[in-house]
Amino acid sequence: MNKPIPDAVAGQRAGSRGSGLTRWLVSLPPTLFLLVFFLAPALIMVAASFQHPGEFGGLAPLFIDGRIDPAQLTLETYRFFFGDWIYAEIFLRSFLVAAATTLICLALAYPLALTIAHSTKRHRDLLVLLVILPFASNFLIRIYAWIILLGPANLLYTPFAVIAGMVYVHLPFMILPLYSNLEKHDPALLEAAQDLGAGAWTRFWRITFPLSLPGIWSGTALVFIPVLGMFAIPELLGGTGDLLIGNLIKEQFLDNRDWPLGSTLSLLLTLAVLALAALSAWAGRSRRRSA
Amino acid sequence: MRRRINWLWAASLAVYAFLYVPLAVVVLFSFNDSLLNAQWVGFTTRWYGKLLHDDEMLRAAANSLFIALTASSVATLLGTMAGIAMQRWPVGLLRFLPFLVLTPVAMPEILLGVSLLLFFRQVLDLTLGLFSILVAHITFSLGFVAIIVRARLAGMDESIFEAARDLGATPWRTFRHVTFPLILPGILAGFLMSFTLSIDDFVITFFVAGVGVTTLPLQIYSMIKVAVSPEVNAVSTLLMALTLTLIALASRLAPDTLKAKS
Repeated sequence: MNKPIPDAVAGQRAGSRGSGLTRWLVSLPPTLFLLVFFLAPALIMVAASFQHPGEFGGLAPLFIDGRIDPAQLTLETYRFFFGDWIYAEIFLRSFLVAAATTLICLALAYPLALTIAHSTKRHRDLLVLLVILPFASNFLIRIYAWIILLGPANLLYTPFAVIAGMVYVHLPFMILPLYSNLEKHDPALLEAAQDLGAGAWTRFWRITFPLSLPGIWSGTALVFIPVLGMFAIPELLGGTGDLLIGNLIKEQFLDNRDWPLGSTLSLLLTLAVLALAALSAWAGRSRRRSA
Repeated sequence: MRRRINWLWAASLAVYAFLYVPLAVVVLFSFNDSLLNAQWVGFTTRWYGKLLHDDEMLRAAANSLFIALTASSVATLLGTMAGIAMQRWPVGLLRFLPFLVLTPVAMPEILLGVSLLLFFRQVLDLTLGLFSILVAHITFSLGFVAIIVRARLAGMDESIFEAARDLGATPWRTFRHVTFPLILPGILAGFLMSFTLSIDDFVITFFVAGVGVTTLPLQIYSMIKVAVSPEVNAVSTLLMALTLTLIALASRLAPDTLKAKS
């Protein structure tokens, strides 16, 4: 900077002067778009959860004579939610389905991820691609496949069908993070353990498994969270008793047209998701520190 | 040791079978000469022929194509800007930009769908249709483009940009002749990714489509809700072929993209 190279200094100055304007020109359009079409709708949903439903669906007017009318704000939907066991039951069922799906995904993903991580470099990319490919077909097609498979076996519209569909749709989300964790393990650790006389099971349980926990946690977050909000799988594969939070939300917005209640349910789902994401990030971090 | 590895291979093969058999059945029955997806009767291509005369399906396909092309073009433009901004200027208010960009990607889709429905109907008082679908698709695919572009920029040596500046290039020339050619594969991969996401999306579209406009996934949904039919198998097979082609293209353009996604 101190050396007198006029052209470069001039260029630098032009660069830094331009970059203030450039910064805004580049960052403003996407920021504005997301503020309007992502953040604003999210905040409006929070407000809607405290409103009354409109006479013909939607929301009752909140502004009277240009100002917010406090009489239009209510905790009714929250009272409704916490006052009826059916909602707690559906939330609980959703968590159980999500937990079962996550565990089954983990059980199926682990051997596959280990195999891919242990195979030669040349084969690895192909094996990973084979995991991704079916996942690239349309989500509805993958559900439809299970309608065809389970229909003749009389297993359609059962909790089994819901879990099968959930596992099928979300399995790659568990395989990929698990694989990218296992791939990084140092084989010297396992060799050292073997030299010290540890058997195959001990080597797995004391070395591979604890080291793979960060991968398990990120896979868990990627499976558990979308399962919680899923409505199409219970609707197409499940029976009337298999409805989950997602179905409840869809029903409020499209069928009953009780948008305040729908907003409250969505908000509670969001809180559950945020709590789970924080939990998984925390678990992953504290593990890594201790490892 | 040997036995454990054999056991692992057997389990892995079973999981691969679990991933592929259901889809193979869909493809197989798309060529089956029977209305029921239950038993193999004989080879036919008549379900594909029937698709060509299904006006509703063709209209849905045209809509999907138009929406995917438009939404992914806009999402690519905005997403590239966001990716550059996140990588270059993690300062001031822009520190919150990653939150704004990444949250829609991480949320359950249904939440984005219902909040946009609420926004369009209640605040903008808009008739749902093409416009609302386009906006929704841009919102959820923008983040994916931004992630890919940022990953591409992050892997680059900062000194090449400094060199361009030291040689007197204006920011625009630096971008035009240095940055842009380098991130172009990422931008193209982002475009293909958002195109795929848009043409495949069901959940969000389901909430913001209204009654007038239908897309291919919405059409498939209303068909499989009523009954199983080989025509759905045929359209599914065609969609799979399309997605496979796009993935092949994307991996040609940016071999590291598939990894960035995971």
